Amino acid sequence: MNIHEYQAKELLRQFMVATPDGQVAENAAEAAAITQEFGGQSVIKAQIHAGGRGKGGGVKFARTPEQAAELFTQIYGMTLVTKQTGPEGRKVRTVYVARPVDIARELYLSLLVDRGTGWGAILASTEGGVEIEEVAAKTPEKIVRVSVHPGLGVAAYQARELGEALGLTGEAWKQLPPFLRNLYRLFVEKDCSMVEINPLVVTAQGDLTALDAKISFDDNALFRHPEIKLYRDLSEEAPAEIEASAFGLNFIKLDGTIGCMVNGAGLAMATMDIIKLHGATPANFLDVGGGASEEAVKNAFRIILQDPGVKAVLVNIFGGIMRCDVVAKGIVNASREIGIRVPVVARLEGTNVEEGKRILQDSGLKILVGANLEDAAAKVVAAVQ
Amino acid sequence: MSILVGTDTKLIVQGITGQEGLFHAKGCRDYGTRVVGGVTPGKGGTVVDGFPVYNSVKEARARTGANTSMIFVPPPAAADAILEAASAGIELVVCITEGIPIVDMVRAKHVLKDFPGTRLIGPNCPGVISPGQAKVGIMPGRIHLPGHVGIVSRSGTLTYEAVGQLTALGIGQSTGVGIGGDPVNGTHFIDVLELFQADPDTHGIIMVGEIGGSAEEDAAAYVQAHVTKPVVAFIAGQSAPAGRRMGHAGAIISGGKGTAAAKMEALRAAGITVVASPAEMGQAMARRLKG
Repeated sequence: MNIHEYQAKELLRQFMVATPDGQVAENAAEAAAITQEFGGQSVIKAQIHAGGRGKGGGVKFARTPEQAAELFTQIYGMTLVTKQTGPEGRKVRTVYVARPVDIARELYLSLLVDRGTGWGAILASTEGGVEIEEVAAKTPEKIVRVSVHPGLGVAAYQARELGEALGLTGEAWKQLPPFLRNLYRLFVEKDCSMVEINPLVVTAQGDLTALDAKISFDDNALFRHPEIKLYRDLSEEAPAEIEASAFGLNFIKLDGTIGCMVNGAGLAMATMDIIKLHGATPANFLDVGGGASEEAVKNAFRIILQDPGVKAVLVNIFGGIMRCDVVAKGIVNASREIGIRVPVVARLEGTNVEEGKRILQDSGLKILVGANLEDAAAKVVAAVQ
Repeated sequence: MSILVGTDTKLIVQGITGQEGLFHAKGCRDYGTRVVGGVTPGKGGTVVDGFPVYNSVKEARARTGANTSMIFVPPPAAADAILEAASAGIELVVCITEGIPIVDMVRAKHVLKDFPGTRLIGPNCPGVISPGQAKVGIMPGRIHLPGHVGIVSRSGTLTYEAVGQLTALGIGQSTGVGIGGDPVNGTHFIDVLELFQADPDTHGIIMVGEIGGSAEEDAAAYVQAHVTKPVVAFIAGQSAPAGRRMGHAGAIISGGKGTAAAKMEALRAAGITVVASPAEMGQAMARRLKG
């Protein structure tokens, strides 16, 4: 789960990680008032769940409170297009007004879980304010990585190692250990999947501050963070995906013409792959999961068919926990309730497969049966061509 | 011979009184596995469907001599269940549960270092099966055939696809190991490849990987250095978009890393036969086995 910059900064403040003052403005007058409080100047920042906001024109410096009001009006409600939003952009529904900072240096800092070791990892670089993927590609030696021992947390000697790698001196050098310890505490206590501070700024006064913050959370841990769930912004998520997750389905909309309903993420990806190999394009990723009910299967069908681009549907179920008769009943009920207007190819295998096939045959619906994965893929691709 | 599970397996099921736990305890028993009981704290002393239930893994092991545990405990308590089994001395822990918070697994893995006698498989995995001998998991037993091809996979149903293809060709399996779809887990590809290489009954190996992380790349290096048996691989997610979590917590391309293409290249460079289509896994293995 992702959150906005202003929410991430709320968390930083909670954990005493230094970040400039800032406040969400509800309207232009408020933007001006907040700017006045900050001494007459501020940074007006569009809040969307995507990076590259500055380059896209969503972050502007206000020299006066009046200008802050103007910039608010410009930015609030704009469709912000950045490298990460795609060409259609994202509507700006929240504007954050931040106290300006005299930037001496821009650094990079992030925390994530290292899959190989299963330990937390801190990545730091002197190359802040740019895309870290580029740094990783062109000058990987500029990224320093420190593994955090799960029993210890960030050790003082590790903070010193990072401070040296970042070339910190004076106050900034002294501020780094508590900055890192508190950030790591936030990471663990809130079950984050990633915390990225880019840029981590050394101010002209010599202090460390998080100028921007991106925090994302481990979806598997949200059950124990009702306070984090409150940060969820549904307007930043695709409606079909929200609906699907309410039914316990894993759904990701893509751009193609063949809808997919599969049990198991690996098989679902493989089904998308084989469709592409046969020269067509998948319209979605959908994992109905192991124990999906008839209701869930019916809703999966409905969500897939909501996409007008779908010209055929491939149901690929290899029953382990998932029972083929449950799938078949779901398809039949979906067809009766919503009407299936496109060709359907069903490939069923595993638990209760004969029962499942019988239910499809006896339903009188026009559903092609795939003998195996290759056959099912060939049939569904033929149906759209 | 096979690896990990077999006729010596004495299985307890943690979470046996839950719906999934009981359903699959029965499934394993029906397959011929020696299921000696289960654990649900607070329900010790009862019997469910012929399975004696104990309050703790320690008690279950003392009473039954169990050496293997299959975990169906819900996510909030699953990591604790893993560590309970390890501290009770269970040699093989197979955790089926999906949805365990990653921080819990980071901690659990760290603690497991103090229990070197315990091997953890999973979490978020379908389990392990040695056809004709024992099943510790949720896979459909009837699609399997005893034989000599080992399978190691991050997926559940995609593994069944591979098994189904092999069985249809009359090629049996020595052991199928689902290592699971989570980013932090107990057993990697390399660990299983090592076991297959040492197993006289495994003559060929199928690896089923997917996007995210670098486990396949690490495995490729290991195969090049240590594995002499033929290996076939399929990597799911060639068509997956970057930055999206494709179902499994571990299936995500981030920062340009973890793509299917990169994995396929690394595996091919190690002499592994990589098939582009999931429908070709069985045939490719058949060709490699012929010579």
